[in-house]
Amino acid sequence: MQLTLGPVLYHWSPERWRDFYYRIADEAPVETVVVGEVVCSKRAPFKQDLLPDVIERLEAAGKQVLPASLILVSLPRERRQSRELMQAEDAMVEINDLTCLASLNGQPFAVGPFVNVYNEGAASFLAECGASRICLPPELPLPAIATIAAALPQLAIEVFAFGKVPLAISARCYHARAHKLTKDNCRFVCEVDPDGMPVKTLDGAGFLSVNGVQTLSHGCASLLRDIPALREAGVASLRLSPQGCDMVAVARLFRDVADGRLDAGEGEQRLGELYSEVPFANGFLHAVPGHLRVGTGV
Amino acid sequence: MELICPAGTPASLEAAVEAGADAVYCGFRDETNARNFPGLNFSRDELRRGIAFAHRHGVKVLVAINTFARAGAFQLWQSAIDDAVAAGADALILADLATLAYAARRHPGQRLHVSVQAAAANPDAIRFYVERFGAQRVVLPRVLGVMEIASIVRETACETEVFVFGGLCVMEEGRCSLSSYATGKSPNMQGVCSPAGDVAYAQQGGRIVSKLGGFTINAFEKDEPAGYPTLCKGRFVTPKSTGYIFEEPVSLDAGVLLPALRDAGVTAFKIEGRQRGRAYIAGVVRSFRDILAALDQGRSAPVTGLAAMSEGQANTVGAYRKAWR
Repeated sequence: MQLTLGPVLYHWSPERWRDFYYRIADEAPVETVVVGEVVCSKRAPFKQDLLPDVIERLEAAGKQVLPASLILVSLPRERRQSRELMQAEDAMVEINDLTCLASLNGQPFAVGPFVNVYNEGAASFLAECGASRICLPPELPLPAIATIAAALPQLAIEVFAFGKVPLAISARCYHARAHKLTKDNCRFVCEVDPDGMPVKTLDGAGFLSVNGVQTLSHGCASLLRDIPALREAGVASLRLSPQGCDMVAVARLFRDVADGRLDAGEGEQRLGELYSEVPFANGFLHAVPGHLRVGTGV
Repeated sequence: MELICPAGTPASLEAAVEAGADAVYCGFRDETNARNFPGLNFSRDELRRGIAFAHRHGVKVLVAINTFARAGAFQLWQSAIDDAVAAGADALILADLATLAYAARRHPGQRLHVSVQAAAANPDAIRFYVERFGAQRVVLPRVLGVMEIASIVRETACETEVFVFGGLCVMEEGRCSLSSYATGKSPNMQGVCSPAGDVAYAQQGGRIVSKLGGFTINAFEKDEPAGYPTLCKGRFVTPKSTGYIFEEPVSLDAGVLLPALRDAGVTAFKIEGRQRGRAYIAGVVRSFRDILAALDQGRSAPVTGLAAMSEGQANTVGAYRKAWR
């Protein structure tokens, strides 16, 4: 089982962002690292200058690096970014919107979790276009994952295995709205919530997290206990989505459990110590509400 | 300018035709369409008869098969496509790459529309659907402003259709799992959002609390009407504020923007509401017919007075004006 570190979804300061990747390069047992701003095009300039260094450092450490495209593309500058990403010659890109396929030149590409691949027909279509790996949408249940993986053995199938789950994208910025600012004059207030802005119900239950134009779950996905079932289903890789906890330690836990060096129950207990702020969930995989945690008695 | 109207039942289809719709859209009674609500939608036989009725009146019927096919169960979506074509559908409204690829290959002459659920939000994405599948029209996501729509029309050869009235997604359509996070059922997979079966109302300290999948979505004082707990239109708490943090319980009414949308080059105006009754359909269709007639004659558009028809307690022009931008 391979491990992939997903892109940082939050607006971290450029220094924190760079140092995070330097440490991942040096210490995290992951094969693949997805980089780039996928949530808000306004944030991209902060990282643009650091990106070449980050990619070089990761590649020097033997990681496969996949630059990723923006999820929601509507402005001219966003279209240009997507086009330029696809036209860069040497790197395999992870596409998060079909916009990118309009500027495809026959090169192989990866498909991110924001492209709707719910079945083997869609996966097969993308494979014919040149997709070699697909991270499936987080809400997909295990039988669907197994069906897709079985139908397309040539594709590396990945699932969203750790992190607050991206649930929605909008043109509107809910960070700006909460701070009574307009989107064009947002002052990048999303930076004050490096792990998302908590959204509770009126009676105080944790429910969602706001990350600018993106809405994530409050609960953190953890498929640590589901690794045998995922392997059985033909899953090739687990995606770990960066949160405000020690992601090197998270990657080591997943590595140890996947390699059989650590019991899954013990692993999840340690995971809870690493990221104690939120509950864990795996409901989507088990075709029940996504916030639920199934199978803790294993 | 075409006026595209919803029909959740054969009776609504007739009401829409009689009220002056140019086209009616509807779906089969199963998970292949994004309004998979109990008691709604069409059997194969009802669709055949509905299409015959509409065609007798010179009205087109567009069949929405716009959920994402369940893995290993493509037969259900395939037969929906085949049966809609056989019934004489004027167009299929599709979102899934699998359904688009199948329809384009199996029924090359069939007119295909890209559903709003496909989230094609710019000319490049639209070009992809046109080039790969021969799509002839795209229903634009409700995240775009009028200027952006105008630039899409300028840059693509594809017809465009925009929502002008009814329920309003605040998240980009086809990319939202909020409902399944709370209830296990999503628009993309089951064709439902915030489904009624997962809704509960409770009295708490003199207030009525609405819940979805066990999560409190809103609370209402005694004299406040208790609205339906659509997840993205609930009241929540953040460290900065308490209230409607995503959107208020508003509906879309872009009646006043029809001249701007027409000038932008939009082909068709769409009314949401396959889950609504025939009185709604007839009333809304007539109002929009009047506005379009006034526009054609160069008169100023009549005030719609459609507020009473809305599901929400207030109306908005949504993203078209982007007041929040």
